Amino acid sequence: MDFNDTPEEAEFRAEAHAFLSQHLKPKTPGALRSGGREDFLERAKAWQKTKAEGGFAQITWPKEIGGRGGTVMQQVIWGQEEAKFDAPTGPFAIGLGMCVPTVIAFGSDEHKKRYVEKALKGEEIWCQLFSEPAAGSDVAGLKTKAVKDGDEWVINGQKVWTSGAHYSDFGILLVRTDPNVPKHKGLTMFIVDMKQKGVEVRPIHQASGGREFNEVYFTDVRISDKDRLGEPGMGWKVALVTLMNERLAVGGSPGPDWKEIMDYARSAGTMSDQAFRARLADWYVAAQGYKLTKFRTQTALSRGETPGPENAIGKIINANHLQDICNSAIEMQDHFGIIVDKDDAPSDAIFQESFMWAPGLRIAGGTDEILKNIIAERVLGLPQDVRVDKDKTFAEMN
Amino acid sequence: MNFDFSDDQKFLRDEARKFLEAQCTMAQVREVLDDDEKSHNAGVWKQIVEMGWLGAAIPEEYGGLGLGMLELCVIAEELGRVLAPVPFGSSAFFFAEALKLAGSEEQKQALLPKVADGSLIGCIAVSEGPGEIKAGNIATRLKDGRISGTKIPVTDGDIATHAIVLVKDGSGESLVIVDLSQSGLSREPIKTLEPTRSHATISFDGAAAELLGEAGSGMALLDQINDRAAVLLAFEQLGGASRCLEMANEYAKERVAFGRAIGGNQAIKHKLADMYVKNEVARSNAYYGAWALSSDAAELPEAAAAARVAASEAYWFASKENIQTHGGMGFTWEVDCHLFYRRAKLLAVQAGSPAVWKEKLVSALEAKND
Repeated sequence: MDFNDTPEEAEFRAEAHAFLSQHLKPKTPGALRSGGREDFLERAKAWQKTKAEGGFAQITWPKEIGGRGGTVMQQVIWGQEEAKFDAPTGPFAIGLGMCVPTVIAFGSDEHKKRYVEKALKGEEIWCQLFSEPAAGSDVAGLKTKAVKDGDEWVINGQKVWTSGAHYSDFGILLVRTDPNVPKHKGLTMFIVDMKQKGVEVRPIHQASGGREFNEVYFTDVRISDKDRLGEPGMGWKVALVTLMNERLAVGGSPGPDWKEIMDYARSAGTMSDQAFRARLADWYVAAQGYKLTKFRTQTALSRGETPGPENAIGKIINANHLQDICNSAIEMQDHFGIIVDKDDAPSDAIFQESFMWAPGLRIAGGTDEILKNIIAERVLGLPQDVRVDKDKTFAEMN
Repeated sequence: MNFDFSDDQKFLRDEARKFLEAQCTMAQVREVLDDDEKSHNAGVWKQIVEMGWLGAAIPEEYGGLGLGMLELCVIAEELGRVLAPVPFGSSAFFFAEALKLAGSEEQKQALLPKVADGSLIGCIAVSEGPGEIKAGNIATRLKDGRISGTKIPVTDGDIATHAIVLVKDGSGESLVIVDLSQSGLSREPIKTLEPTRSHATISFDGAAAELLGEAGSGMALLDQINDRAAVLLAFEQLGGASRCLEMANEYAKERVAFGRAIGGNQAIKHKLADMYVKNEVARSNAYYGAWALSSDAAELPEAAAAARVAASEAYWFASKENIQTHGGMGFTWEVDCHLFYRRAKLLAVQAGSPAVWKEKLVSALEAKND
């Protein structure tokens, strides 16, 4: 039992670190977002190009399509090292992590030639269009429809919670092509040009006040049958491949953790509160639980094993943990805790900011409840939930 | 990154599990539960002694197997799974570790081989009354090499042959080793929440005692002994918590209500998923404790405390919700759920309750981040 790299892993880590040091500055708080959104996107594109040219863009992809032909463990190591620098990576995570692998798995040779290299070099950005207002956890119940018209399909409907839709060039779009079969069987996946006529992107005004996600409306959008990924009706299978490709979370906690609230308590002189001390211990144990469970996953990866659905626990722990810490920090500040103005709020308002993010984290990418179902069904082998629509056609249920 | 046990250690785990599932069944645990005269299961104990496990982490020069702390962690988890009704923890986690940590060469030579071969059963006698034991509230006195006072409760105190006792002496607090076969003391078994592990009141009246470590170093030594034992107890707790989840899971798939297995209801599914999450958090923290323990890392105090806090929470939750999942059946004497609920509580308060360990953890974090 140790925390050391194998000699091969150490060699790769050194190589990755050297490359990063050559191109980026070590992480400093706030540096990434200074300069505004447009500037961030340009810097992200430039960094993606640099990575691609250096052979670090997609570590696990085969060399033939521009990857490194490396291991998942190397990808984890790269993620750890990249996180030590001010690397603008966000805009490519979904495209390269989920969408383009789906194109590689189900697209034609022309698709691969047309899209893969440009995505890898950061010249084109992709988004994923699955969720809908009436299809969140039950995404297979989606309603956006595609009707065949000659060798084209005509798309009408609405997607929601689409990260990066406003700056994306292409998307993978899951739609209903046959309502007269059970919901999972009537879906088809397409590549969609996000800049074409009939595609309208509207930012969502989130409960947190920000506008990071979008609604996407499709009005008589025409897609060539050639841009279909997989056979008609096979869309759910294709979507599962997309979701399987979800990147291994390599980052740390998404907001203030035990250390930040301890620092605040010390500065505020409230460390002697026994109730607070007991909770601080719980937060440390949860944070360690999250971090160390990832180490166990990495150990499995390092041995060439594939981690299973047990990874769902990370997000359950993390999101609730963040919400609890922020709530406690605010209550510790008493009436003053209500202030979000960074000039007045303690700790630059990090607790107040994450307090409003935390509810979203508990929902995005699988709600707490869905993740618990995944653990119960796929890890513990408990029966599936009752599905009253199981043997009914989509049309019958809607 | 190699944050896991080795193949050899996993082999040991598999062998231990096979052995204990065959030789230490719930029927054997119940022999102790249902018989007030029985302090432990002598047959199971004899076989465990013969396996040499008591000496797993005792160096070969002192008669042990000389395997290491990770191997002892593996064994602890397996003993926890079967609720082994034997004084293993008292002898191996506390007594032997205390000697390894603070014993003189002579003491180690004299006593460790006997722990390893089972001819000596060790225990630790600290508590004297309700609440955390602290430097100021110890009544047991050491004077001229003899001790007087009462320790209650002492886990495995009625079957142990030797005890490490926390005492007050002129220069502060000290730890002493006491041979329990002598006449200057009396022992009385006491009833506890956990009848499958025996407990006693030990009254010392001029019993001969020899110092373990420096005079006056008692509290500091006790802290270090508890840090080591905490990691091992965490594995024992983890074993029990894992069994609770397995029991609840099996029952939820079998038990039919309203026309389907109750495990198909989200109220049960999510409860069991919560158990799983807590158990995994406990497992990860326990592994870190094992790493710190086996590598003599400076991080041991916070690693041990985190392992202990996580394991106590996981076992508490799993043992109570296992009963709940079993419904009325779970509240019967015949169904085993209550045995885990009992053991969970003993292991949570032995060597300091969760509140004590949380405070230790936060103090360690404060010291580290000064």
